[in-house]
Amino acid sequence: MRTLPEPFAGWFAGRGWTPRPHQLALLDAAARGEHVLLLAPTGGGKTLAGFLPSLVDLAGTPRDGLHTLYISPLKALAVDIARNLTAPAAEMGLPITIETRTGDTPVNRRQRQRERPPNLLLTTPESLTLLLSLPDAPEMFAGLSAIVVDEAHALAGTKRGDQLALCMSRLGMLAPAARRVGLSATVAHPDLLRAWISPTAKADDVRLIQTKGGAAPVFDLQLPEGRLPWGGHMGLASAPEIYRRIEAARVTIVFVNTRAQAELIFAALWRLNEAALPIAMHHGSLEIGLRRKVEAAMAEGRLRGVVATASLDLGIDWGDVDQVIQVGAPKGVSRLLQRVGRANHRMDEPSRAVLVPANRFEVVECVAATEAVEAGDLDGEPPRPGGLDVLAQHVLAMACSAPFRSDDLYAEVTRAGPYAALTRRDFDDVVGFVEDGGYALAAYDRFRRLFRDAEGFLHIRGQAAARQLRMNLGTIVEQPLLKVRLRGGGVLGEVEEYFVSTLEPGDCFLFGGQVLRYERLDPAAIIVSRGGEGEPRVPVYGGSRMPLTTYLASRVRAILHDPRRWKHLPEPVKEWLRLQRLKSELPPRDGLLVETFPRGGKWFLVAYTFEGKLAHQTLGMLVTKRMERLGMGPLGYVGTDYVLAIWSAFEPKDVAALFTEDILGDEMEEWLAESSMLRRTFRNIATIAGLIEKTHPGAEKSGRQMTMNSDLIYDVLRRHQPDHILLRATRAEAAQGLTDIARIATLLARVQGRIRHRALKQVSPLAVPALIEEGREWVAGGAEDALLAEAAALVEDATDGAEHFAETLAEVTESVPVRGTSVARAKSRDRRRGGRYIRSTPKMVSGR
Amino acid sequence: MIAAPIHIAGERLMLDPAGVLHWPARRLLCVADLHFEKGSALATRGRLLPPYDTRETIARLLPLLRRYGPRHIVFLGDSFHDAEGSARMAEPDRTALLAAFAGIEVTWVAGNHDPTPPAGLPGAAVEELRDGPLVFRHIPQPRATGEIAGHLHPRATAPTRAGGVARPCFVSDGRRVLMPAFGAYTGGLDAGDPAIATLFPRGGRAFLIGSERLYSFPLAPRRASLPKDLTSFGSGQAELPLSVTARLRNG
Repeated sequence: MRTLPEPFAGWFAGRGWTPRPHQLALLDAAARGEHVLLLAPTGGGKTLAGFLPSLVDLAGTPRDGLHTLYISPLKALAVDIARNLTAPAAEMGLPITIETRTGDTPVNRRQRQRERPPNLLLTTPESLTLLLSLPDAPEMFAGLSAIVVDEAHALAGTKRGDQLALCMSRLGMLAPAARRVGLSATVAHPDLLRAWISPTAKADDVRLIQTKGGAAPVFDLQLPEGRLPWGGHMGLASAPEIYRRIEAARVTIVFVNTRAQAELIFAALWRLNEAALPIAMHHGSLEIGLRRKVEAAMAEGRLRGVVATASLDLGIDWGDVDQVIQVGAPKGVSRLLQRVGRANHRMDEPSRAVLVPANRFEVVECVAATEAVEAGDLDGEPPRPGGLDVLAQHVLAMACSAPFRSDDLYAEVTRAGPYAALTRRDFDDVVGFVEDGGYALAAYDRFRRLFRDAEGFLHIRGQAAARQLRMNLGTIVEQPLLKVRLRGGGVLGEVEEYFVSTLEPGDCFLFGGQVLRYERLDPAAIIVSRGGEGEPRVPVYGGSRMPLTTYLASRVRAILHDPRRWKHLPEPVKEWLRLQRLKSELPPRDGLLVETFPRGGKWFLVAYTFEGKLAHQTLGMLVTKRMERLGMGPLGYVGTDYVLAIWSAFEPKDVAALFTEDILGDEMEEWLAESSMLRRTFRNIATIAGLIEKTHPGAEKSGRQMTMNSDLIYDVLRRHQPDHILLRATRAEAAQGLTDIARIATLLARVQGRIRHRALKQVSPLAVPALIEEGREWVAGGAEDALLAEAAALVEDATDGAEHFAETLAEVTESVPVRGTSVARAKSRDRRRGGRYIRSTPKMVSGR
Repeated sequence: MIAAPIHIAGERLMLDPAGVLHWPARRLLCVADLHFEKGSALATRGRLLPPYDTRETIARLLPLLRRYGPRHIVFLGDSFHDAEGSARMAEPDRTALLAAFAGIEVTWVAGNHDPTPPAGLPGAAVEELRDGPLVFRHIPQPRATGEIAGHLHPRATAPTRAGGVARPCFVSDGRRVLMPAFGAYTGGLDAGDPAIATLFPRGGRAFLIGSERLYSFPLAPRRASLPKDLTSFGSGQAELPLSVTARLRNG
């Protein structure tokens, strides 16, 4: 067994530490020049393990120039690690320079870093791409000895991960001797992660070092006092219990699933906060300075609790957190473990976590998740193949650095794990796209961005393309966001433009833990003041809800199906399931239970499919199309993580005909081409590939907004060149986004001949949660025209000519929920149970 | 396709869901903001958008010429995205247009993007066209009546039970018609934007473009002129419900 050399051994001993086995194992691997993937739970001294070989090497043979490149998914993490390394390096008197390089690095330091790079450079995938696009990249990286990728599990399989894999491949050209080290939480697919980090795209070339986690986490299930809610995902009913637990612990992180939930839980806790405990909030929409303040207060131990979203899933070590509370269902086993690991950041003590389910189904899900943790199982989707849009950006970046030959770049790109299976045709088409748009109509010959010399090298033409690249660098396409600014004060954070469009001056909303009154829209920000009357609304952010993993869904189904496994369930949930068995039946393990019943003048069909929200949304669309064809008059549907509920005008009788495998044929094709999902995907792809410019919040708001949206381009391109590389990329990505289609296909195959149809007189106990679920899809979703017609007709009926009263009448009858519905509006709808699926007069086409 | 009739300055005009206006009495077809060659204009600045926009716009125009068989076609300005646009137009596209214009009087109203008449295409270039009680111009003028104008690319979002549906639209208050943009790459400006709303101080109607017909929605009057309008509503009517006053601050 290797021991630590001085001065490291002394430094460890001075703090009463002994090096951990995996830290020594990484030293060994480095000595042999091996690439390594280290899997260790949070708090295992992972990051130090990654840096130790570099520090030892540099301590032994000090030198100038870049030695180790550290890449983290979070800027803040890079900054934090730099701080944590600088202190011990100084204490040991090591002659090592350590610096960070992120989007925030001032220009003069960037310049100096290019001329005299530090030994250890800590950066992000985006900043690395930028460095590699510079002409002097070969000199800067030539002497590189090690590449350390932190939180590799959070990068692999994402577009940022694709980008980083391509950058590592380039580094493999510039510095062939550089070792690679991946640091990751425990994952379900370690071999795929090894292939991602590997310089040859082969898992075998990367040694796997795995530490067994110490004590197993300890879970508590916390139910609200009183009645257990049927629906809802916020968990507000449990706020008093959450508050009591915060009071009883030293430092608590309260994890929630969405930003809206963070706002609501935070507000609820402060209403109860008689002891004035220091409780803060942390989510991705808060202004960065506010977030940093919260993090600093946390690190200094000045907080008793912080309500956080996924923005705290990764990264900085808080040290003293002794309790993690997960409010709402965990949605995935790996995710839950990651969060629980934030407590008690020491491997030898068990982490303690409290699960606070918000409704009955979530209780079952929480129990299923804790059982999975006990069984040592993990879940998670395997990484998907690399995106062609990311490749297009990379090709342009490489062209900015130096002329290249297609053959060489193809060879380099296919050495990156996500692109190992990239075909030459796709590669050439991507290069063609970068060159001149890649259109069949050779209209843009004069405007090409790249040109070929006699030896087949591709050169960049002019500086405009390089400028364009730098403006559009990165793979994160944000929703259009608007800053929230206090009147006469500072910026509080950002909200989605869409949410703003549903606000009227005087409306108030909850943001950053305070009630804000919307005053007016400035070009770059919305102006608000503190306070306001009435029920505040809560901004909702698109796509913020995680779907249930397949793995956890099947565990939930297994528990429901088998009363012998109910022993961990609380009594109200058992009672609920017993009632279901009495009134209808329990969903079978392999077949499919479908219930139909009349309610409020409509027919409902509830299918217990357990395939996750995304799959259910797609399935709902396909089944309702079939119902339309069979004349059942479907009106709308809602998909939860567990069931699909559809309501229709006529009684669905032949239920088996709705769940046949051929609904994936015609209905599917027809829907896909027009679907808004495909348009959204195209928008992201076209932005990353550089076809349309990234919107820079604030910048584009000056002057009149005559936005040409990507839909127009999509429509034209689809009609005139349907096999264009970006459309191919869009379809490929959509097909993965609809992993769910695979899930649906498997489901339909499995249940053929085993569909159990129960025609009930009324709603069954298990169906209730679905019927009070938010986020319904209307059948007309694809046929907007029908909705317009209805809305227009309603205006006519209601106003009877007196147009200016339309708004008043809308108020009197019922306001129309706009997407991004507020909680306040949801409540007002709940009061009108009877007519809940009938929408009435729309408001006027408002000013905004 | 069902066109909707509207009366402006005593003339009966048809608003077509394809986004064009037909004046049956004159057999005149009016099309606004084609922005031909917008794709290639952006390409000169390094944004290589699909170069099919002109072709697509023409493909949408041809069936309308066949259906209406107009005697006179008026392009309401910004027909080309820039002054050099007509020079960049691909030969097949130009040929298709020439063939389509055979036997039709063509008027190119000048727009801010194309102040000069297009090269190589037939037709008269004018600053604005007056015909009977109507005036066709690119940029709408304040307080004009009988005006058919383009320039602003109006678009409105109608609230429906499944969320807002945004479409290009005609806007009219019975005095003027603001035309939607016709070109394949033309974006929209929300009808609530002050640039459009100030043209309709008493409110108006937005006619949203559907695939087969138009959908009509009232457009809120300008905030500043609200009190006056409400008095006029109040007179002779029953008392204003309280909720109206409560909503007033929001316009």
